[in-house]
Amino acid sequence: MKPIYQEYFRNNLPHIWCAGCGNGIVMSAWARAMDELKLDKNNVIGVSGIGCSSRITGYLDLNTLHTAHGRALPFAQGAKMARPDMDVFVFSGDGDCAAIGGNHFIHACRRNMDMTLIVINNNIYGMTGGQFSPLTPFGKKATTAPYGSVDPSFNLCELAIGAGASFVARGDIYHAKQLTDLIVAGYKHKGFSVIEVIASCPISYGRRNKIPNPADMMQYVKDHTVAKAVAEKMTPEQLEDKYITGILHEAQGREYTEEYAKLCERVQGGDK
Amino acid sequence: MAKVRLVQGNEACAMGALKAGASFYAGYPITPSTEIAEHMAEMMPACGARFIQMEDEIASAGAIIGASAAGAKAFTATSGPGFSLMQELVGYAAITEIPVVFVDVQRMGPSTGLPTLSSQGDIQQARWGSHGDHSIIAIAPNSVMETYYQTIKAFNLAEKYRTPVIFLLDEEIGHLRERFEVDENEEIEIINREKPTCAPEDYVPFENVAGGVPPMASFGEGYRYHFTGLTHNEKGFYSSALPVVDKFNRRLVDKIEKNVKDIFECEELFVDDCDVLLIAYGSVARSAQEAMNELREAGVKVGLFRPITIWPIDEERIKAACAGKKAVIVPEMNLGQYAREVERIVAGSVPVKKLCRVDSELVIPEEIIDMVKEVLK
Repeated sequence: MKPIYQEYFRNNLPHIWCAGCGNGIVMSAWARAMDELKLDKNNVIGVSGIGCSSRITGYLDLNTLHTAHGRALPFAQGAKMARPDMDVFVFSGDGDCAAIGGNHFIHACRRNMDMTLIVINNNIYGMTGGQFSPLTPFGKKATTAPYGSVDPSFNLCELAIGAGASFVARGDIYHAKQLTDLIVAGYKHKGFSVIEVIASCPISYGRRNKIPNPADMMQYVKDHTVAKAVAEKMTPEQLEDKYITGILHEAQGREYTEEYAKLCERVQGGDK
Repeated sequence: MAKVRLVQGNEACAMGALKAGASFYAGYPITPSTEIAEHMAEMMPACGARFIQMEDEIASAGAIIGASAAGAKAFTATSGPGFSLMQELVGYAAITEIPVVFVDVQRMGPSTGLPTLSSQGDIQQARWGSHGDHSIIAIAPNSVMETYYQTIKAFNLAEKYRTPVIFLLDEEIGHLRERFEVDENEEIEIINREKPTCAPEDYVPFENVAGGVPPMASFGEGYRYHFTGLTHNEKGFYSSALPVVDKFNRRLVDKIEKNVKDIFECEELFVDDCDVLLIAYGSVARSAQEAMNELREAGVKVGLFRPITIWPIDEERIKAACAGKKAVIVPEMNLGQYAREVERIVAGSVPVKKLCRVDSELVIPEEIIDMVKEVLK
């Protein structure tokens, strides 16, 4: 049997990411999910925006679109509308998805088109060298927040739920097996599935915030993530700087391409 | 038999798109282009084509490019402010060589400008709106019937050259209602992108082929490959190698510019037999033709050169048309965006006069007649 990386990755490794970067863990978690789902690669589309995380599509042996900054979701929705029978995975980062792509994110959640979005949240703009993003915690340092950020951050998963995504989950790079399971569950769910992944950037985030060592960064991720079942027994004070992981929301919603197909049938049947 | 109807330019564009095989539309409402979206929303479901209203123009541009990568013939329609927002992705479609059509029903700018009034102010934006060197195809029809046929041509050229095509209506043409007589069963050449015939492992999606346009596989056809807005090698992966980058950028331009004879289309009226040549396009060309007719009845030798293809320009043809004339007059609804091209091409060999209106009104025949008389004094 071929190793998973040979089955699902193109033979253009090594990747561009820094030592200690969490993106590779997410990429391998995705490949393990693929291995479990046994999807036909010819029938899978991978779409990404711009940033460190979005370079993932270059390595995946799929039909891949590395698009413009913030715009992965519009491209993905266009592709899904054109080929509703194909599976779509979208890869994005905290800057790409929550800042420049924020509006597209809201409306993709609302439409609930069947695809799986994986947002790698490393709390920083890594590719451009460490500027704060909308998901950088208050007070943390970045090159554009040298004295600590005064920008409030927000909870991307809560936004996704509010905007209508029918599957919302959060994983992290320390709990890699759980992450694979979440990606599998997100894929199996019919509708728009959002999976936020708490990740690490020791170079651009860690060094400025006193966690420069990749192992310490990993420990930091472990210490700041709490499984949903555990979190339910904790106080708001205890949860203040924690990320709750697991499936946070799952609901049945109308799937967009199915609704559009029904509309076409109705019109073609003469019923307007 | 063709049924005679009164049809609006925007509607003719929508009908032409369907005739061309458009199977996907994404757009965001904006005057004076909105009727195109409304017609697509109404007509597309009946033929199983897909319509989606996006959250903004950037999303619309992204959606059509994504749909085209997945095999659809895709387009959007907008106007100045929306077209400005789309520019980054016009460049993305150019660098990834994904065929799409952008309809821009021009209105008075800059910025919000005069939302319901006409302009031809996007001539240069269509060419240079996105950053970097790439070429582009742009078309500007002057009637409702021509809008129909040229919309089909826009899709054909997008597919043939793997490029974004800009379809430049102006508000006058977009909202003009006139006689429309098209046989729905008419045989019209429809061009679809050339597909690879090789085995997937031999496919080189961005190969430097003769002619400059490599075959394009759509997603789901067994050719798993990569599109990126990064400068890429022939395989489609990022490259910063100097010869690769240079060759790639030149091919993007050459595949259009070196095929200008195939792409460029114009109408020439009395061009060989005139002292003064008018060069006009879109709605203003109608005024120019009217002025020419009136002047010729009075014995004044005036001709009209009407570019239908705005970009690329067949410079040899313009040079030949202008040669030996007493003057060339370029009336347009902007401050000389096409006239500057004519000036550049004739390079001082013929006087070029600009006749510009930027008050949102159409240049009228009387103004053109006055200027012809002025230059012949």
